[in-house]
Amino acid sequence: MLAYRRRIIIGLVFLLLTNITSLIAPLILKYAIDSLRGSVDPALLLKYAAAILGVTVIQGIFRYYMRWILIGTSRRIEYDFRNNIFAHLQTLSRSYFIKAKTGDIMSRLTNDLNAVRMVLGPGIMHLVSTLILFITAGGLMFYLNWKLALLALIPLPLLSLIIRFLTQRLYNYSEAVQAQLARMSAFAQENLSGIRIIQAFVRERAQVEQFKQQNQEYLKRNMRLAHIWGFFLPLMMFTSGLGLVIVIWLGGRQVISGEISLGDFVAFSSYLALLTFPMMALGWVVNLFQRGAAAMGRINKILDTEPGISDNAQTLSAVEFSSLKPFKGEIEFRHLSFSYNGPDSQVLSGINLQLEAGSSLGIVGPVGAGKSTLVNLIPRIFDPPAGQLFIDGVDIKSIPLDELRKMIGYVPQDGFLFSETIGENITHGLERRDMQKIQEAAAISQLTREVEGFPQGYDTLVGERGVTLSGGQRQRLSLARALAIKPLILILDDSFSNIDVYTEGEIIQRLTPFIKSRTCLIVSHRISTVQWTDHIIVLDEGKIAEAGTHRELIDQAGIYAKLYRRQLMLEKLEQVK
Amino acid sequence: MRYHHFEGQEAGQIYDWQLIKRLSRYLSPYKYYFISALALLFLGSLLGLVGPYLTKVAIDTYIQQQNISGLNFIALLFIGVILLELAVRYGQIQIMQYTGQRVMQDLRAGLFSHLQRMTPKFYDKQSVGGVMSRLIGDIEVLNEMVTSGVVSMLGDLFMLLGIMGVLLWLNYKLALVVFSVLPLIFYAAQVFRKKVRESFRQIRARMAKINAFLQENLGGMTIVQAFCRQQKNLEQFKKINGDYLDSYLKTVFYYALFFPAIEITTALAMALIIWYGGGQVLQGALTFGVLVAFIEYTQRFFRPINDLSEKYNILQSAMAAAERVFNLLDTDPDISSPDKTQELEQFSKTIEFKQVWFAYSGDEHVLADISFSISKGESVALVGLTGAGKTSIISLLARFYEPSRGQIMIDGYDVRQLNLKQWRSKISLVSQEPFLFSGDILSNIRLGREDISPACVEQAAREVNAHQFISQLPKGYYEPIQERGANLSAGQRQLITFARALVFDPQLLILDEATSSVDSQTEALIQDALEKLLRGRTSIVIAHRLSTIQRANKIIVLDKGKIVEQGSHQELLTRQGIYYWLHQLQFKD
Ligand SMILES: Nc1ncnc2c1ncn2[C@@H]1O[C@H](COP(=O)(O)OP(=O)(O)OP(=O)(O)O)[C@@H](O)[C@H]1O
Ligand SMILES: Nc1ncnc2c1ncn2[C@@H]1O[C@H](COP(=O)(O)OP(=O)(O)OP(=O)(O)O)[C@@H](O)[C@H]1O
Ligand SMILES: [Mg+2]
Repeated sequence: MLAYRRRIIIGLVFLLLTNITSLIAPLILKYAIDSLRGSVDPALLLKYAAAILGVTVIQGIFRYYMRWILIGTSRRIEYDFRNNIFAHLQTLSRSYFIKAKTGDIMSRLTNDLNAVRMVLGPGIMHLVSTLILFITAGGLMFYLNWKLALLALIPLPLLSLIIRFLTQRLYNYSEAVQAQLARMSAFAQENLSGIRIIQAFVRERAQVEQFKQQNQEYLKRNMRLAHIWGFFLPLMMFTSGLGLVIVIWLGGRQVISGEISLGDFVAFSSYLALLTFPMMALGWVVNLFQRGAAAMGRINKILDTEPGISDNAQTLSAVEFSSLKPFKGEIEFRHLSFSYNGPDSQVLSGINLQLEAGSSLGIVGPVGAGKSTLVNLIPRIFDPPAGQLFIDGVDIKSIPLDELRKMIGYVPQDGFLFSETIGENITHGLERRDMQKIQEAAAISQLTREVEGFPQGYDTLVGERGVTLSGGQRQRLSLARALAIKPLILILDDSFSNIDVYTEGEIIQRLTPFIKSRTCLIVSHRISTVQWTDHIIVLDEGKIAEAGTHRELIDQAGIYAKLYRRQLMLEKLEQVK
Repeated sequence: MRYHHFEGQEAGQIYDWQLIKRLSRYLSPYKYYFISALALLFLGSLLGLVGPYLTKVAIDTYIQQQNISGLNFIALLFIGVILLELAVRYGQIQIMQYTGQRVMQDLRAGLFSHLQRMTPKFYDKQSVGGVMSRLIGDIEVLNEMVTSGVVSMLGDLFMLLGIMGVLLWLNYKLALVVFSVLPLIFYAAQVFRKKVRESFRQIRARMAKINAFLQENLGGMTIVQAFCRQQKNLEQFKKINGDYLDSYLKTVFYYALFFPAIEITTALAMALIIWYGGGQVLQGALTFGVLVAFIEYTQRFFRPINDLSEKYNILQSAMAAAERVFNLLDTDPDISSPDKTQELEQFSKTIEFKQVWFAYSGDEHVLADISFSISKGESVALVGLTGAGKTSIISLLARFYEPSRGQIMIDGYDVRQLNLKQWRSKISLVSQEPFLFSGDILSNIRLGREDISPACVEQAAREVNAHQFISQLPKGYYEPIQERGANLSAGQRQLITFARALVFDPQLLILDEATSSVDSQTEALIQDALEKLLRGRTSIVIAHRLSTIQRANKIIVLDKGKIVEQGSHQELLTRQGIYYWLHQLQFKD
């Protein structure tokens, strides 16, 4: 920021130089004309002509640097600012992104940021150059005749009152316009993401109607804003005109009564006319500043959001942490409870569970039981309460966040893919692309055959969110991505739901040796996916309803046994039929 | 992250006058507004000229003649004039704003409707953020052109022509001397236009990249964080943000050069007048008065040119944006209803795939020689290993894509002859990836169709066993849903999309892994309910859990894009092929 301040100051110096030199050429012109009244040497005329040209060239150079430095700097600030906002967004937790709308955030990083940029560049430039013009012209006027100058200033207090009155509105209305733009952008973002559903259910027309409403609202707000700022420019012209009238009317009397000379009066009124243009520019600048301020407020909403999940005072220092290494991967839930929205609606309660390093845990349970919630707490996608979740006896909240996450291979239930190549997606968690690691991970995930069948192999680009892959391919790719980092702890959240049983069997067969030395949590609705794990829990309404090995649970004849039998029985039923 | 395809097609081949013509087509419904705004603009400029004249009169006639009452009168008149000017200018800005806003609104709505018609094939290759960039950002740039009053450039042009006339009238020789610098100005403008337009094209395209990157990364932030990719992705972001900065700096550079260039050319004209005109005066070929007038008018002549060059920049940016908007508008949806469609009130007989081949791109066929038929009322299951092509088959049936060879016949008509929307409205599809919109549960199930009553919605929710969890939510069916249903569990999302399919009361129900994230208990309940619901309807079911599909009348087994077996559950079991083998795998213990 300091560097920018220096640049801006240099830019302002050039601005000053530009404005000063711009006064010179008219002066030369005046001399030239004056000289023509008498008789003059043609060579002198040529000199005048050359001087005008020369001064303008110098002025042009100054102007070039002024623009380049001031506007260029505003662009650089925009660049930095956008990077900073993005970096900040990266620290925000999932809870934030669930509530915020993607399109809305995007709008803040583009449209709002642009409004702020306008203040930093053209805004400052025009403000300062109008001020300079005011001061020079005003100074000249006072110098010529301070009485007339005072008269010309009469409308100013009135003007500042009106401005004071309108700026708050300008601010509010600009804010409303920016907000609506963001809303429209969020609507478009959702619509485009869900376009397949919209088309499948033939809801296009309704969507267009809704969009038109948003659009109409945007127009309305823009017009409301235009009612105000559209008043500004003519108002400014009016004010300067009013100044002129007062000068003519009152000043004219003074001329008549002989207090002021006619020559002074004429010169004065021509200077006053000079002010019209900067007055208008000022109106424009006021508008720009208000809009920028409103936009800045919206950006600050993002920047002021505290990262919900981050390292803090309780986090172990790097030294303390490395003394604990190497981690083995033992996981313990100690009376763990968790809720998304306040303590009344607990999603998990009283979870007690100890998972030895290198063992595997199967998690089953009905829809919405809290399985995903439970496993999401381990990489701190959501934050568990302190003192309830431990890895190797260390509270996970005191493990540095990055270190914790690097230990974990996480396959979320909806495996988000990026629009990169298949290879890049697999190595997403690695420092660099490593063909061997890609192939290993792909082999376990049973991707090899298909991917190598694609003409571009691992360099095949996938569409956004992986749309150009089949559902099962997406899941396996998301699995491979987690395997590639060779994690200490592996979390599979329903990662086989779109994969056929044969392929699943093949994967599990290859996964078994892979996870031997790793702690593994597997969520599934299929008994076949979990029955081979060391330990199985059944979650129901946020509590552990049953726990044990596959055999033990079958013998318990509880929920698990019922589920198991159901998956078999259906088949038996058919065979009876 | 790579944003391929569409951005690359940007040839910018549309010429300016074509762009302007197209833009003005959007203007034509508002032409009376536009004309009256122009008239007011003109009137405003005229009133602006009255001021100096009144000043002159005040000085020459009243002050010099010491006529105080005349002075009072002039002052009053002056106030009247500036008040009128205030009103005229205000009115002009309002009307112009309104017109511009309406044009933008129409353009945006038009683009949005157009986007609704684009097929999945288009969206497969597009980044959502990139498309948004056109719909929101690019049109916003056009909007900026309107608000910044580029349209008043027309006024400037009028003034230019007027002054040119006056100059010629005053002294045509001297006028020609002044005009001799005009080619320089045109040349500068031309060079500037070329350079800057190119940069603005880049800017808009790079802005689209920023949007695409943001859209994707904000959606996948959980993955970014879980895999500790923040640093790398920030680097990537800095790179594309930096590219954007670079191309902007280029325009800043060109513009920083352009403006002084115009100024210097103006000064050159002045210098010429002084030198040449002054010489004429000395020789007595020109009176002093004419020269002074000439100089004044020349100054006036160049003021609009300066003004114009100020706005030229905005105009170039807007043109680059308009190109992108029109390029997208000109991309035809590759699937649409034919001009003369075959109306199909009821699906009443059969669906038949006749030797259908299909490739998403080029000639990598993901479906080869697919033939099967489904009669009304039947329930058919598609089975096969992952990536076999099951989803592709139903995408063809719903006409999201077109087969590359072969035909799909509905009641004897080629599906391509049918009215697209009518056909789709007979189908309810539960797709593999449940998609929810932000809103509430009710609006997600009925997708904004107000004619479906909340009672119907509840009924459907009961059918899929979703009512239980919905009724436990604090606001029940009015519980707010966040983007993509992020505040529900995956199974809950799936149940809601299932309920959505039922509530639309389809003739053909397509379930693509519709219960994959649901426990078997719930699934069994849904199965029972479906059995009743499906009576008289046709259904196509894809599932990996074979328990889900055993009741199908017909099971089609796909392998690597080909049909390898079809028949009933029992037939396939006795045949001991792939199906039998999958079955054994699943139920072995
Ligand atoms: N939009 C697309 N663009 C290009 N290729 C695609 C697209 N969608 C699917 N494919 C490819 O077509 C093949 C068949 O995909 P499809 O989705 O039909 O398989 P599926 O049988 O439904 O698989 P799954 O059981 O995994 O869902 C896959 O190899 C996939 O990569
Ligand atoms: N971000 C959230 N905010 C509020 N409630 C949530 C949020 N995420 C999940 N829930 C609720 O918490 C409960 C448990 O959800 P969770 O995703 O853990 O279920 P699950 O057992 O994984 O279910 P499934 O089998 O469907 O994946 C559900 O009732 C769900 O609606
Ligand atoms: Mg879940």
